[in-house]
Amino acid sequence: MAEPVIPDFGEASDCVAENRLFCTDWVRENWDPVLQPALVEHIKLTVIAVGLGFVLSLVAALLAHRFRHVERPVAFLSAVIYTIPSLALFQLLVPVTGLTVTTVEIALVGYTLLILFRNNLAGLRSTPPEVLEAARGMGLTSNQTLWRVELPLALPAIVAGLRIAVVSTIALATVAAFVVSEGLGGPILGALRLDFRTEIIAAGALAVGLAILADALLVLAQRAVTPWASARRVT
Amino acid sequence: MGVGQEGDVIAAALDVFVDSLQFIVDERDLLLEKTLEHIVLSGAALLVSIAIAVPLGLALGHLHRGSFVAVNVANVGRALPTLVVIAVGFIFLGIGFTTVMLALVVLAVPPILTNAYVAVDEVDRDAVEAARGMGMTPSQVLWRVELPLALPLLFVGIRTAAVFVVATATIAAIAGGSGLGEILVNQAAYDVEGLVGAAICVSLLALAADAALGVLQRSLTPAGLKEELPAFEPDVRPVV
Repeated sequence: MAEPVIPDFGEASDCVAENRLFCTDWVRENWDPVLQPALVEHIKLTVIAVGLGFVLSLVAALLAHRFRHVERPVAFLSAVIYTIPSLALFQLLVPVTGLTVTTVEIALVGYTLLILFRNNLAGLRSTPPEVLEAARGMGLTSNQTLWRVELPLALPAIVAGLRIAVVSTIALATVAAFVVSEGLGGPILGALRLDFRTEIIAAGALAVGLAILADALLVLAQRAVTPWASARRVT
Repeated sequence: MGVGQEGDVIAAALDVFVDSLQFIVDERDLLLEKTLEHIVLSGAALLVSIAIAVPLGLALGHLHRGSFVAVNVANVGRALPTLVVIAVGFIFLGIGFTTVMLALVVLAVPPILTNAYVAVDEVDRDAVEAARGMGMTPSQVLWRVELPLALPLLFVGIRTAAVFVVATATIAAIAGGSGLGEILVNQAAYDVEGLVGAAICVSLLALAADAALGVLQRSLTPAGLKEELPAFEPDVRPVV
């Protein structure tokens, strides 16, 4: 007699079967197939979004630093984008770019612009007038002043903006799961629909942990690139 | 390929937008009902958050105490993904209005608290000294000097939270929240037109909430401070 064909879903432990608050055995078994790939995707989503957003906002800030009338339209536009709810912006982009990572990235980049632009510009403008005067007195051209004086002095504000952008992008990227199954939002949303507690808590903790870790790394980076600030540090 | 295909994509996208506007017109009763539910949910969450965070922030700022907590609570708040807060609320409280509202409160309190604290803490010390010198009691200093001067920044926090709550209330639909999110997370029932139509409504609602609070802010701001407020304030303070 032939064996009946029963798909093998593996043995669910008592903990998983009873849907207790947190099952370490499930996390151990599903780290490789579920959690780790989601974590890596989440990091990728964030790095690409903040990277692109940073380049765009730095170019915009440099332009606004040189030509004052650029500031208001850019600030206005980025503030309007920032006001659009994330889930709505994702859905609004779907007809144009489809259910793809591109849709998600466009929205995530859009949300970084306000914070990054604002901080980059504030940083560029923070150079004291007497320092600019001294730079000019030493015979630096305006390009040299920008690269050797204004940008280095802007670093603390720039990194402060990056910290906020990275942390909020990590949080926001979970919403991407509504559009495309990428990142930690996927397991959270899936588990929420099945009411599976362990997965919600594990993936949620990873998202929060990632944000805290990324923030801490940026603080260290900030100290490394601005050694002169450690004497009178502003957090 | 190439240009022709891109043209097709744009034409298809335009079709969807036209269809979604049609959806807004056809389903205006449904959308109106969901919008009202959305306003009730967001409004309730915002009022509770204000009731918790504003007095606490004002008190701490007035006493210049607890800066570490008051400032860092916003950083912690930013690191909490909405989806996670809602999902965890769902685990412990189940599906329903209360779960969703509490999740929204957890997310809305940090920006309001931090801005309320910083707003009062940063009020010109000379103005406070002068008020004290005029014989004002500490509570008069708070109500008549610190609070009016702190209003602009206090409202930055409330407006940030309001936009955030309106936006997040859509995600709340997965945990039994009512409102426009019910359409946004239900593509099976409403198709792309419905999703895009609801997305347009939510975006407008968020902008309207921000604008309405801006009007309230203007009417509460003392005349002496008014010139400093532009019509649309894309908060240009650097966040550090």
